[in-house]
This record gives sequence, C-alpha cells and structure tokens, in this order.
Amino acid sequence: MNMEILVCVKKVPDPAENEIVVSRDGSDIERDDLVYSVNEWDNYAVEEAIQLVEEHGGSVTVVSVGDEESDEIIRRELAMGADAGNLLDDEAFHYSDGRGVAAILAHAARRGSYDLILTGAQAEDAAAQVGGMLAAMLDVPYASLVVRVRVMDGKKLKIAREIDGGNLEINEIDLPCALSIQTGINEPRYVGIRGIRKTASVQVPVLGAAQLGVDPATVGEAGAKVRKLDYFVPEMGEGAEILQGSREEMADQLIARLKGRGVIQ
Amino acid sequence: MVHQVFIYVAHRDGQAADSALELLSAARILSPDGPVTAIVTGWGEGLDRVCQEMASRCPEVWKLAHQDLAYPNAEAVRKCLVEVLPSEAVLLLAHDTLGMDLGPGLSVKLNSSFVSDVVAMTAPRDGALTLVREEYGGQVSTHVSCDISGGAVLSIRSGAFPALEDGAPGEVQDRSSEIGDLACGRRFLEIVEAEAGDVDITKEEILVSAGRGIEDEDNIEIAEELAKALGGVVSCSRPIVDAKWLEKARQVGTSGKTVKPKIYLALGISGSFQHLGGLKGNPFIVAVNKNSKAPIFQVADVGVVDDLLEFVPLLTERINSQR
Repeated sequence: MNMEILVCVKKVPDPAENEIVVSRDGSDIERDDLVYSVNEWDNYAVEEAIQLVEEHGGSVTVVSVGDEESDEIIRRELAMGADAGNLLDDEAFHYSDGRGVAAILAHAARRGSYDLILTGAQAEDAAAQVGGMLAAMLDVPYASLVVRVRVMDGKKLKIAREIDGGNLEINEIDLPCALSIQTGINEPRYVGIRGIRKTASVQVPVLGAAQLGVDPATVGEAGAKVRKLDYFVPEMGEGAEILQGSREEMADQLIARLKGRGVIQ
Repeated sequence: MVHQVFIYVAHRDGQAADSALELLSAARILSPDGPVTAIVTGWGEGLDRVCQEMASRCPEVWKLAHQDLAYPNAEAVRKCLVEVLPSEAVLLLAHDTLGMDLGPGLSVKLNSSFVSDVVAMTAPRDGALTLVREEYGGQVSTHVSCDISGGAVLSIRSGAFPALEDGAPGEVQDRSSEIGDLACGRRFLEIVEAEAGDVDITKEEILVSAGRGIEDEDNIEIAEELAKALGGVVSCSRPIVDAKWLEKARQVGTSGKTVKPKIYLALGISGSFQHLGGLKGNPFIVAVNKNSKAPIFQVADVGVVDDLLEFVPLLTERINSQR
C-alpha cells in the first residue's frame, strides 16, 4: 500500500551547540549567537517516514510552523529525502501556544489525504503536546513515544511505545493515525554538503492563515490560553563544588575526593 | 470561580503509583479548602484495591470499571474521562509515559487549557494560574500563565511536589455506569520486557556514565578505561543508546535502568530530569562537562568544567600511575 505521510518539524536552538542563557530582562533566552537546527526528535520522525515510503511507496510531506527562516530546515529535510515541504507562517501565528500550533497543523493536514502523521515526541523548547492535540483535532487515533512501526494488512500498523524501564508497549493502531516518534527509532541518514546544495535554491511555499483557512482569532497571541511570562534560572541549593586550577590540579583534587570515598585505595 | 479539582491515578498490580500522592499535594495548591476527587480507571480486583488505597487519603474517589480499561490504553481512558468529567474541571495527571499519551488530546476534547511537565505552581488568581516549567533539558525555567476559566489539564513532573502525608479519608463512588462505548482505533496487545544486557548496571557500586559530550563512538573507550581504573562499569545516557554506541541495558534514566551506585561519574551528561530520574540512593556524583550551565552541576557533589575528551584520559592515567 502507498503511504502518504505528513511530518511536522520545528526549528530549535541546538542544545549540543549552545549554552542556553536567559536574556538580561528575562523576557527570552539570548538568541544572538544561537545555532539552530531541526529538533532532534523530528529528524527521527522524518527518517522513519522516508523509510516507510521507501518500503511501501507513497510520499513524504514536511511542514513547519515557524518564522521566515524556518525554510532552511524544510530544505534540509528535502535534502534528506522528503518529497515536498511547506512553511506555515503568518503574523497571526506568532506567539501561538501548543494548542494554536496544533490547530495550524491540523488545517495543513486537512489540505491533503494523509495515512500517517508523524511528529517528534517532544521539542527542546516545548512541551510534548502538539502530536496528541493534533490527533484529537483530526479525530484520528494517536500513540506517543513510538520506537517501532510495522505496516500490517488491513490499513493498520503494529507499533511499539517505549514505556518505563525501557519496556515496550505493543499496540495495533488503525490508519489514518498520528504518532509521536521517540529518538532511537532509527538512524537518521547523514545529509552531506552536496545534498544541502541540491536543495539550497528550492523555494519553500509559505502558507498563511488565509490559504490554510485558519481563523486568526483562534491562534497566535490572540488565541493563546497559555503564555510564557519570563525565563529564569532556578536556585537549586548549593550545587557542585567546582574544582579549580589546571587540568592536572583538577585531576589530582578529584583523585583525592575519590580516595576520601574509598574508591581508590 | 471554584473549579472542581481532579487527579488521575496511575496504578499497576493493584497499587497506586507514587505519583498519586504527589498529585494530591499539587491539587491542594489549586484547591486549599475545596474537595479533590481521585479518578481511578481499570478493571477487576486490582482496581478495587487501588480505590480503597486512595480513599484512605482522599475525600472522594471515583471508580471507573470497564473491561476495555484493564490496561490503561490512553485512547480508551480519554474517552472515558471526557464522559465523566464535568465542564471546567481541572485535572492533574503525572507527566509519565501514560500522561504524555493521554493529556494533550484530552485537553482538546475537554476544550480546556493544557500545561505539561509542571514543576511548581501558585494558587490561581482571577481565573489564571502561574506555573513553572523547564526548557532545554533544565538549563532554563519559565513562568507560564494558564487561563483555567474553561478548565485545564496539567501534567505534573514526578518528584516535583512532596507526597501528601495527611490527607483525610473519604468514600469510593462507583461511577462505572456513566461510561459509554470505549471502542477506539488503538488496541493494546502486550508488554515486551526490556532485554537483559551483559552487565547489570543496577547492581554496580561504581558507574562511569557517558553522555552526548563523548561525541564519538570511538571515545566510549575513554569511559571504559576510567571505569577499569576505578573498578566500575560503563553506563550511559539516552543519546548514546539512540546512536547505538552502547546497548539499551546500559542506559540510566526513566526510560532505561534505575541504578543506585555509591559513586556516579557523569561524563558529558547534561543531567535532564529523565536521566536523573534513574539515579537513586543518593550517590556521590562527579560531573565532567564543558558547559558550566549544565543542570548536572546543580545535583553533583563535585564538578569539573572541562572538555572530558582531554580531562578524562589524563585522570585515568594519573589514577593508574599511583598504583
């Protein structure tokens, strides 16, 4: 069977590349020198979609609710092997809460006829909520934290969810459905510089509120019931004793601490 | 206005999860004098035991028994809750693998607000609640305002609120007759237990744990050499297993193993709550990380802010040369 798959992705500051620091007035994080990338979970979702289509036929469409610079991550996913991509951007979308983002994505999903909708299980800067909300809005079954997908006869999937202790919960789920993808489900393919170059000049179509049929009052700041008030760094007790000095001095201090604990005789 | 406050009780083998009493103490912030209702869904004898257990601490317990709820399939639980919850209810549930499955979609169907992974909150004022969440793996926190005038679903982080110790006992009400058709497009089949590995990290006293900061598969050897020098074994955080550099049985965290070593060396591990959730027994924690803002330094006893790829080989060499 052909699988028409929609994958929802997001541009986030890459935690491996950045120290996240609160801005001086606490209204945001310092964004001046941030390195952005595709949210890690989303990248696994795109890889899973591509593998499913490679095996069963169909196509992969990638969408992102983001600012005008989010087209770069769509192009990256096109370089990875997605067939089409749309950026969902409109002034009315800015400062949407999770519910607003899910509503925008739901309108995008209704434009096509998708068998499967994938999101990352969570994002670095968000709340692990959009996939479940999107599924409920579209009235399709949903499962979160998915680490295995097998296509079965009769328009259904057999999936494994990762639950506590690394145990797997096996479910059967009818298509069409939505799944949130957990990291480790696959090994996302490497996108080389040649692949990036190939899609560098692709114009990513931008869809706004009017094209999607989104009522601006229901999304963005206007529709948000949940708002971020500020950013701060919590006080968490004393914290660690941070060793000082040269590398050698720190190593010797640490050895002394470990000896004190009887680790080293 | 006064909202009716509910908690959803996760349970297994006839016992309420530890989260239940934490949810009760979080619920008290929302409803200092008002009643709190515990909702327990399930089937059979185990369900009754959990209801009785909750009734010893909570003024009102709603028992919702149905064969399709024997295993907590989030899709079926959601249908059930949508039918029994009054409008504008505020529902607290645990931010665990069931809560993540259930909460977001439930809030849509109830047409109420949703905030996940809450670590703190203050009493509501003028129909709005102020909550605290973390972002970027705990590097920063945010205050979030949530309009609860139309009700809310809030998922609560494990361990963020103390377990309620002085709850007054109450009654179990069987509300099962309110449950309608629970047939849904997702069916639970079975649980597959995690495979055992070649070492059992849950029994080790010294763990040298590798995280994302180890950067490359070949560098796992750096952790192994240190573990050898200290007489411990290598464990790891999730990204290392995702990259298939070590087997799943070596992973410390809520989605991996719960360990209780005496000494824990965290090499290039940022210290997300999912990772720390697997670390019990108050070990002596040494953190090596080049990011001085990494949350692991908040919980570690000793910290080294340095590139582990440089520091750890030097440390190992100096330990070995002192023998």
